[in-house]
Amino acid sequence: MSSKLTRSNRAGWLFALPGFSLLFLFIIVPFFFAFWLSLTNQRLVSPNPTEFIGLKNYRDLLSVSIITLEPERTEAGEVVRDKDGEIEYPRVRTITRSDEFPQYRGMQEWFRWQSGDTAKVVIAADVVFMKALVNTLTFALFIVPIQGGGALLLALLINQKLRGINAYRTIYFMPVVISIVVISLLWRFIYSGNEGLLNNILSALTFGAFTPVDWLGNTETALGSIIAMSAWQAMGFHMVIWLAGLQSISPTLYEAASIEGASKWQTFRYVTWPGLRNTAVLVLIVITMQSFAVFAQVDVMTNGGPLDSTQTLVFQTVERGYGKQDISGGATISVILFLMVLMISAVQAFLTRERK
Amino acid sequence: MTLTKTTLGALAASTLLAGGAAAQTDLSLWYHGAGNEVESNILNGIIADFNAAQSDWSVSVESFPQQSYNDSVVASALAGNLPCILDVDGPVMPNWAWAGYLQPLPISEDAIEGHLESTIGRWDGEIYGVGLWDAAVALYTRDSTLEALGLRRPTLEEPWTKDEFMAALDAAKATGDYDYPLDLGTAWTGEWYPYAYSPFLQSFGGDIVDRSTYDTAEGALNGDAAIAFGEWWQSLFAEGYAPGTSQDPADRDTGFIEGKYAFSWNGNWAAATTLEGVDDVIFLPAPDFGNGPIIGAGSWQFGVSSACEHPEGAAAFVEHALQDKYLAAFSDGIGLIPGTKDAAQMTEKYAEGGPLAVFFDLSAEQSLVRPVSPGYVVAAKVFEKALSDIANGADVADTLDAAVDEIDDDIETNQGYGH
Repeated sequence: MSSKLTRSNRAGWLFALPGFSLLFLFIIVPFFFAFWLSLTNQRLVSPNPTEFIGLKNYRDLLSVSIITLEPERTEAGEVVRDKDGEIEYPRVRTITRSDEFPQYRGMQEWFRWQSGDTAKVVIAADVVFMKALVNTLTFALFIVPIQGGGALLLALLINQKLRGINAYRTIYFMPVVISIVVISLLWRFIYSGNEGLLNNILSALTFGAFTPVDWLGNTETALGSIIAMSAWQAMGFHMVIWLAGLQSISPTLYEAASIEGASKWQTFRYVTWPGLRNTAVLVLIVITMQSFAVFAQVDVMTNGGPLDSTQTLVFQTVERGYGKQDISGGATISVILFLMVLMISAVQAFLTRERK
Repeated sequence: MTLTKTTLGALAASTLLAGGAAAQTDLSLWYHGAGNEVESNILNGIIADFNAAQSDWSVSVESFPQQSYNDSVVASALAGNLPCILDVDGPVMPNWAWAGYLQPLPISEDAIEGHLESTIGRWDGEIYGVGLWDAAVALYTRDSTLEALGLRRPTLEEPWTKDEFMAALDAAKATGDYDYPLDLGTAWTGEWYPYAYSPFLQSFGGDIVDRSTYDTAEGALNGDAAIAFGEWWQSLFAEGYAPGTSQDPADRDTGFIEGKYAFSWNGNWAAATTLEGVDDVIFLPAPDFGNGPIIGAGSWQFGVSSACEHPEGAAAFVEHALQDKYLAAFSDGIGLIPGTKDAAQMTEKYAEGGPLAVFFDLSAEQSLVRPVSPGYVVAAKVFEKALSDIANGADVADTLDAAVDEIDDDIETNQGYGH
């Protein structure tokens, strides 16, 4: 194996050198730098010397515990219920802020469920981080199929010999070239609660039956709105990759299929899709990585709100590192994010490997 | 041989040039007002006057857009490239002083005699910055609205109580004429939140941090007074008194003028436009929620960077800039509240009987600076998030507890911020 890379291949290495050194300087060195910072208490602005604090930053982000709340009881031992019949529990702050339980100090409720009369409450040291983690995973989970599938559909549509097809190609590719900040601003108007374009269209289509929704100001719709807009925005980029894949499939295969009398679906299933295998792996991995880095949309459109429903990991990294001057906290999140993306990409690469 | 000659010639020329410049030592100045022509013209005028009036110092200015000004300063401080004179926002000043970006401003007490206390930036017993102006917030409404709703007109001596204020909102709501009775300006994110809304909290008896020690927010931001404030704050949105955090920025700018809101909580900088659109606009003092009527204070100030070798030159410039005529010019030009009573008399709008004179009194009577601590920069962010979460329906006590924990953690990791 070593032969090809090392022997008499000086020109190859020379050509790779500029790329490698840039990657090394701007990706690999900063990663190790971030890893080191995450073990210290480095601040953005501070006259105090930086100290090594071990894994404290990781503990502050990742600690999670479950506490059990016993229902409030009357003196007779009966469970107290409020006017809706729901069982009343003592507040979580009676535990997290009590000197009896120093181990739970500073933790907040993340979510809870009820088992019998007691309530199980999951408390986390950093609820905002946990919500950002869940939101980012949700974002990726929806973006990958929507954006990848939509892009394939567009690629199939524009892979035809029609008059003016280049105009369509340009139009679909346009959002990729426009700055994401500009697009986010435009979509903020589209999603606007009172006179937004989306609300106007929906109420026109339903003859006024539709009640306007404040898309970005509502915890239920905010993340979905950002997902929809993001999927649309980068679709054109992946469309081009799919298109390249489509055009690399030999036309003789299609000719053979039509001579055999294959239907359109059969042609797609047995000729096009197998021919796109490598492209599909590439698109899958690229979209996954990009979706974990979602930032600009959130920063421009919602600032992580309402009620943390659109917090994401990269947004939190920036918010902490620069907004709250906590460089080490931001570095810790970016290390965790890096390890997550690395792991997921490795699993994807393993699952989609060529089986002999 | 030719080389030597050229070198000698260049040497001689540069010596001549240096000789000419040596009379005036160059002082660089950074300012946050890039993009505002009126503001730049006034500042350039002050600098030209100063450079012409004495022969020791020559000030040259470099302007930055306000949005990226603080980031630029932090970045150049890390790179060791600070100018001599720095423009600094009042609440940020302690952070920069603590971080060692600023050195005390060697200005005489005579020069700041009679200036609004909120324009003087003090930290650790020293003066670090002096401002030419201040800003103030008032409750905008129309004279006709008060009359139609049959409300007492509050005064500085006798502001509305919480009950009177809520009764006023109820009365406005009952008419059905308004989208919302009150416009708080929740569309403006960032420093507006702690600047405009923390005075409500202080008027309830709470605060962002405990100002007696500055080492914790426990009790101040999550005590009974703060929870009462939080419940009240949440009710403003839950019961439809005010538009929530997704308020359209355009409504914030023109909603009151168009009559969408009966009352608007807004700063003096918006007064000029409002006067043009609404003939009978009046500016009411902040209501008293139990602990006195309070509004925020502290605006941009001039300070000396730690990199400056001639603080006495910087102080000379600041003393020059503090003349009443310049305070009045800034006020007339961009609508700010002049820093002295005498300067106020020289302006069109803030002079006795002028349409905005009330803002000078508000500044003098009701204002309280934001917590004077290097940790304020972080606490302000935490406070903003807590308030917008509560407005969106988060549990009040839990949200304030979380904010306290975050502020306390930050104070601890910064070893008490030098208090």
